[in-house]
Amino acid sequence: MANSTQLKTKPATEPVQSNSMMAVVAPAVGWLIPGAGHIIQKRWIRGVLLLVSIGSLFALGLMMQGHIYKANGGDILDILGFIGDLGAGGMYIVTLAMNGGQGAIAFAIADYGTKFMIVAGLLNFIAIADAYHIAIGKKS
Amino acid sequence: MTIQLTHFSAAFVFALFASVVFGITHRETTRDMIRYGLYCFAMFLGGVLVAGWAMWLVRR
Repeated sequence: MANSTQLKTKPATEPVQSNSMMAVVAPAVGWLIPGAGHIIQKRWIRGVLLLVSIGSLFALGLMMQGHIYKANGGDILDILGFIGDLGAGGMYIVTLAMNGGQGAIAFAIADYGTKFMIVAGLLNFIAIADAYHIAIGKKS
Repeated sequence: MTIQLTHFSAAFVFALFASVVFGITHRETTRDMIRYGLYCFAMFLGGVLVAGWAMWLVRR
């Protein structure tokens, strides 16, 4: 009797563990590389589209000489900009490491570029939440 | 490498990429994703055009 109970409960716990593992890994990987949270869950097309969209928005922002905000902004708007930029994950870290996005916002296009990079980070936050919902089974 | 976009082309690429992400993340089925993405794109660009004409009228 005890054996039959164990046999019934054991397979049920494995997918739960797998789901909880993926619920942590998918958002983390998705933060580092936009769309990767979807790709590791075999949502190939969605993942690639997210990668291309968010990556292009961030890259265009950089090419438009947008400004990257750092953690020690001081000003509340700088802190909000930093939170937005931080959402881009790996791209933000690489850009900071390469000393990119440090120019002053001297003209309108550079201001658009700054907003492009902030929005790329914010869109990646949405993509991370979506990857999490897929991992926990809330979305297919 | 730098790039110079006009206001409209910047709004266009912004609308395009944001709509793709909104479509994928806000809907369940592929069909609904495409429809919602197109809806968001139209709203983004429509909003730009309406706001542009509104500002033109205000300036007059």
